[in-house]
Amino acid sequence: MASILAVDDSPSMRQLVSMTLRKAGHEVHSVEDGTDALSFAKENGVDVVLTDVHMPNMDGITLTSELRRLPSYRFTPILMLTTESASDMKMRGKEAGATGWIVKPFDAEALLRILDRVLEPKGE
Amino acid sequence: MSLDLDMAEIHAIFFEESAEGVDVMESGLLNLTPETTDIETINNIFRAAHSMKGGAATFGFLDISGFTHGVETILDQMRSSQRDATEEVIEVLLASVDCIRDMLNAAQQQSEADKANIDSVQRRIDALLNNETAAVKAPVDVKKVTQSSSGALKAWKIHYAPDGNIFKTGNEPKRLLRELASMGEISVISTLSKDADFESMDPESCYTCWDIELRGEVEKDAILEVFEWVSNQSEVRIEALEVMAEHIVVPISESASVSETKVAAPKQLATQSAPKDSGSIRVSIDKIDMLLNLVGELVITQSMLARFGDRDTGGNDTQGLRDGLLVLERHTRELQESAMQIRMLPIGASFSRFKRLVRDMSTKLGKKVELQLSGENTELDKTVLEKMSDPLVHLVRNSLDHGIEMPADRIAAGKPETGILHLSAYHEGGNIVIKVSDDGAGLNQKKILEKAIERGIVAPGEVLSDDQINNLIFQPGFSTADKVSDLSGRGVGMDVVRRNIMDLGGRVDLQSTLGKGSTLKIRLPLTLAILDGQLVRVGDQVYIFSLLSIVETVLVSKGQISKVVGTGNVYRLREDYIPVIRLREAFDMASESLFSESEEKKGELLVVVESDGKKMGLFVDELLEQQQVVIKSLEENYLPVKGLAGATILGDGNVALIIDVPGLVHSMDMRQLEKTPQSSAA
Repeated sequence: MASILAVDDSPSMRQLVSMTLRKAGHEVHSVEDGTDALSFAKENGVDVVLTDVHMPNMDGITLTSELRRLPSYRFTPILMLTTESASDMKMRGKEAGATGWIVKPFDAEALLRILDRVLEPKGE
Repeated sequence: MSLDLDMAEIHAIFFEESAEGVDVMESGLLNLTPETTDIETINNIFRAAHSMKGGAATFGFLDISGFTHGVETILDQMRSSQRDATEEVIEVLLASVDCIRDMLNAAQQQSEADKANIDSVQRRIDALLNNETAAVKAPVDVKKVTQSSSGALKAWKIHYAPDGNIFKTGNEPKRLLRELASMGEISVISTLSKDADFESMDPESCYTCWDIELRGEVEKDAILEVFEWVSNQSEVRIEALEVMAEHIVVPISESASVSETKVAAPKQLATQSAPKDSGSIRVSIDKIDMLLNLVGELVITQSMLARFGDRDTGGNDTQGLRDGLLVLERHTRELQESAMQIRMLPIGASFSRFKRLVRDMSTKLGKKVELQLSGENTELDKTVLEKMSDPLVHLVRNSLDHGIEMPADRIAAGKPETGILHLSAYHEGGNIVIKVSDDGAGLNQKKILEKAIERGIVAPGEVLSDDQINNLIFQPGFSTADKVSDLSGRGVGMDVVRRNIMDLGGRVDLQSTLGKGSTLKIRLPLTLAILDGQLVRVGDQVYIFSLLSIVETVLVSKGQISKVVGTGNVYRLREDYIPVIRLREAFDMASESLFSESEEKKGELLVVVESDGKKMGLFVDELLEQQQVVIKSLEENYLPVKGLAGATILGDGNVALIIDVPGLVHSMDMRQLEKTPQSSAA
């Protein structure tokens, strides 16, 4: 079980992601934009950040670079979960320090598999 | 605390947010003009389209996501300044917004969208995109699924030398190796990279590279996928090793079926979606907090009062008890108000929809109209707001069609070329007022009167006040439009508008000056659940009138009531004769005390009420206080009763009945209609 911060401006997407992750036994905190995510992340430690790219106030890429500036988030996996698939956007994400890029529509299994890939197994 | 919902509920959220997204797109587009390209507006529209596309694809509404893709592409070009916001582009985007809305509704209701229209808009989008096909994005990369699922045993040699900074993106070679290990059998040899210098090593960088041998039912693409995200920061080489011949059997049928099921999955999702509209409402956190706060206060007050139940501590402290009750009363009232607040929504969302209507209609009519809005933050009960939507549309259409003149006519009349349509909302007394005003031609009273006489609504030679003439347009079957246009003027308009407003307990007034313009003023109650009531006594019963319906109360002596054949009793109120009834008789109550000696002298109380522009009088025994009452439906709790709009429970626990004034006036009217032919024949 991991604690995951899910960031998406769409309520239905937040619900879907939360539901998928909770069913797999993860603890999910969901917020609706980068600004909220950043303030949550500053107060609380999480194992993985899963964020949308296009959001009002602060987008996912800005969020990623902001998070990477926080000492406790230097190595935290940050996954982008987005409809955006343009390669220049992916490049910008990578430069900002994103760990991975998942293109919506996602399927639950694939999302969980990718999460497993970035999570530390217990007792390792 | 579990916040998990089932799929149907998440779908409902998706539809709700998409409807909002469509509104955001529409109002954003309406703010765009070829001259002013505000990048933030375009960004907003883009984001709305983008998240709708993502949601639609995720929830399996592939037609919507496919369609939105083209729209998104256009918007993306606009925000990166590769495309100008020309009139044509905005037009196509607005048409697309309609299509998306239609498709969303169809998906929600599980009905059919207007395919022909969508296709034609789709063609316009494609044409805009310069014949670049607005390709519908494949939901799942079929190729990848197929290949990674084929079951041939293979062997690969992989060399992986990550970039030194790999840790800084949250990636870990260890995890990649673990992923590879899960695909088959692996053996790994790790070596230090060439430039590793122990003296200058940075503990946060990576200096290791790996040579991996992987055996299993693995395709090259699957391995590439593992390295996909790190590949351009790293050196990754994958070579095939020789494989034992008996294993190279590709089970074609199996791989085909796998890809099929993958693609079909979203369709199943779509059919599961529930079409129900549960009528949800979005409430700001502030309102909820207020409510919770008040409930907290109530609990405190309750505990404050509870001690009076305890004889030992405060049984004799009547002052304390009284104070406590006062606090309780205040909190209860505040609680009721803030509970009502929850149903209140700002009218702004309703208003902004008119931007589109005004734009479309003025283009169609060749008129120039500027829409001005004010009081968008005025809050209305959700039900009232919903029911006002159609009447408002009608009034706005009327103003545009009949009120505001063609540019040439306006110039000729010495007015600016562009007409102004003003929608406003504000509080007045205990009511909400919505005004629709224009600076157009105003009502032509001569024409109205002629038409009314022609239609038999007014008898020839009858003298009417200006106000009465103006209000003729609310009569059923009245329309002054010389020709029935496509947009309004079918003659079923204004009376229906007034009916709808009356049903909400409101009223509508018209002011108009020829050549200057017209103003329609709609007065609505704050809420449907609560009524400002005038309590009256009839016999030993208490009845309630809506304060809004009462015009005046007069003291009437018996001699002032005259009997008219066929109409019943009438009373002369200034120049009008109004029908009067006795509530005692109407409700079959004992009437023995009627006109006793003393009452004969001082007269009887007549409450004059008005509905639908018609007045009538109701005799009551006594006027009691005025208070707000909560309406309880008789229909739900008992049976519908003619002449009664509902009931309420008074402070002393007694039930009081609420008089249905519009119903009574209407039935009075009917009675007159039925009897008029007889009396004229007599």
